[in-house]
Amino acid sequence: MASHEPVFDAVVLPHLRRGDWLTLLLGGICVALLTFKLWSGDLADKAIIRSGGKIFREVPLSRDQQIEVPGPLGTSIIAIRQRKARIASDPSPRQYCVRQGWLQQSGEIAICLPNQVSVELTGSTRKYDSLNY
Amino acid sequence: MTASTIENRGEGKKPSSILLDTTAEDHHVARMAAVALGLTILESAIPSPLPGVKPGLANIVTLIVLARYGWRVAVWVSLLRVVAGSLLFGNFLAPGFFLSLSGAVCSLAALAFAQHLPARWFGPVSHSIYAAFTHIAGQMLVVYLWLIPHAGIAYLIPIFAAAALVFGTVNGLIAARFLDPEYEKLSTKNMKGTN
Repeated sequence: MASHEPVFDAVVLPHLRRGDWLTLLLGGICVALLTFKLWSGDLADKAIIRSGGKIFREVPLSRDQQIEVPGPLGTSIIAIRQRKARIASDPSPRQYCVRQGWLQQSGEIAICLPNQVSVELTGSTRKYDSLNY
Repeated sequence: MTASTIENRGEGKKPSSILLDTTAEDHHVARMAAVALGLTILESAIPSPLPGVKPGLANIVTLIVLARYGWRVAVWVSLLRVVAGSLLFGNFLAPGFFLSLSGAVCSLAALAFAQHLPARWFGPVSHSIYAAFTHIAGQMLVVYLWLIPHAGIAYLIPIFAAAALVFGTVNGLIAARFLDPEYEKLSTKNMKGTN
């Protein structure tokens, strides 16, 4: 491949020493491991809805529904559809949590700070459960 | 930086201004920091898909300074760039400032070790990659401990790590090209007219 690309030959190859290749390889492995470890989370199956810091409701993602959550600014509407959850509407001025869109993976969270409402997705498998004593 | 005595340059006449006695090295550090600052501003004009994913072009200057003048000068250039940059962007002592400071301090610490790697095998590209990884590690630590103490930011780590690897490699290659004796010969020939 390199022989077909003179730029690669002239610019890249002369500046890569043997140890640099090793560093590149280590970096690549590092990125791959991080991706595998942090993104292999199972799909979520439960949404925890909080209001004012307290758990408002815990709902399964298996049933499509809309939930109205009261907050200090008004009502936030949380929609659950096709095993995904999102904040469909919220009275917060900047609408960050609404624009975040659909949440799907375990651990994802949408927070509407002004209205003190949040949705967090969790998976069924916990790292430590009763089997671990 | 060591000699900061106030000097009277008036030679008998009344001094028109107070001059700090600066060494040639101070001027050199300032010049390099200014170049790094220019690259930082240039870079801020490049749109980024995710806040925090930046090429870090100013680190090219740090790498070149490290290779040519040593770690101590690189620390000066890097920290001056962070402080002066924050003054220019108006976020001195704001979260953004502490993020770049923690990144710079961590990567300088990594470079302190990386510079002792055998030069026969490890060049600027290795230095750059190690610095890029520690840079983002330091920033993520500050983000987690101070700004967003939620485990959810772990989902962003693979993106940041991949960006660190790519941009670290590219910056290292650019720095290596500037440090290449062949290239230096070429550029000084071209620069003679203008400089």
